[in-house]
Amino acid sequence: MSTVFQRTTVEIRGASSPPPIIAPAKPNGPAAAAILAAGIGCFALGVLVIASEAIPAFKNALSVYAPVGPLSGKTIAQIVIYFVAWGGLAYAWHGKSVAFGKVYLATLILVALGLLGTFPLVYEAFTAS
Amino acid sequence: MALTDRELWTVIHGMLLGALFLLAFAGGLAGLYSLRWELVTPSGLRERLPRLEIGTSVMAIVAWLTVITGTWIVYPWYRAAVPTSPRSMLLADPARALWHTFGMEWKEHVAWMAPLLATAVAFVVIYYGPRLAQEPKVRQALMALFVIAFAAAAVAGLFGAFINKVAPTI
Repeated sequence: MSTVFQRTTVEIRGASSPPPIIAPAKPNGPAAAAILAAGIGCFALGVLVIASEAIPAFKNALSVYAPVGPLSGKTIAQIVIYFVAWGGLAYAWHGKSVAFGKVYLATLILVALGLLGTFPLVYEAFTAS
Repeated sequence: MALTDRELWTVIHGMLLGALFLLAFAGGLAGLYSLRWELVTPSGLRERLPRLEIGTSVMAIVAWLTVITGTWIVYPWYRAAVPTSPRSMLLADPARALWHTFGMEWKEHVAWMAPLLATAVAFVVIYYGPRLAQEPKVRQALMALFVIAFAAAAVAGLFGAFINKVAPTI
């Protein structure tokens, strides 16, 4: 009877040791474009919600499909703005690297403003009397 | 035991897609958190990356399907201009009107942020591939956006469940 011991290699890595090259670096422009476009889309929705509350004629115009009401126009406009923004930014930043921290901060601000704009207690303050 | 067409679509919109979204979020967040070069070997990275790409993509697709079915299929039944629609019944009762004036009004808008943010996360995960393990700032940004997407969907999902309990779409 014999016993076979298998050799095991243990790799010890610390956070301070230099990272191995797992994959080549990529320009961050396309990623930044996708993230910022999402922020622009969220912000656009907030603006559309407030504008539809403040301007009754605009609210009526947003009702492109009567069973859904103004929400139909708001969401269609938001999606169009989102994809146009994404396409434009992706074109402008194709193959380039940008200041990712600034883009990310701008995205967070846009998303926060969008969240505020879609919160009933906020947009109702703009409701036309 | 049977479901009407409206009940079936409400189940698809709220429970089926909602459960998928929850599962995809939990898996995606755990995958993003642990995708660090100091935690995974190159072979481990190759093993878990496809799972992360699929998880985040499924979450984005499910988020789109949820808001599209909710807005364009279920919502018209909810807001139909008849006395028996959930919206009419809620507004007719001052004790329950807030479910519409606050709950539904918030839900119908905030939900539309989730697919945009989830799509951005899925795109960046696929774009970077294994390199994401060496881009900590990008990875942390994705986790934050992923959580915001989930929070927006959670607000919408919770209000949807409560409103459907108070005034069911049947």
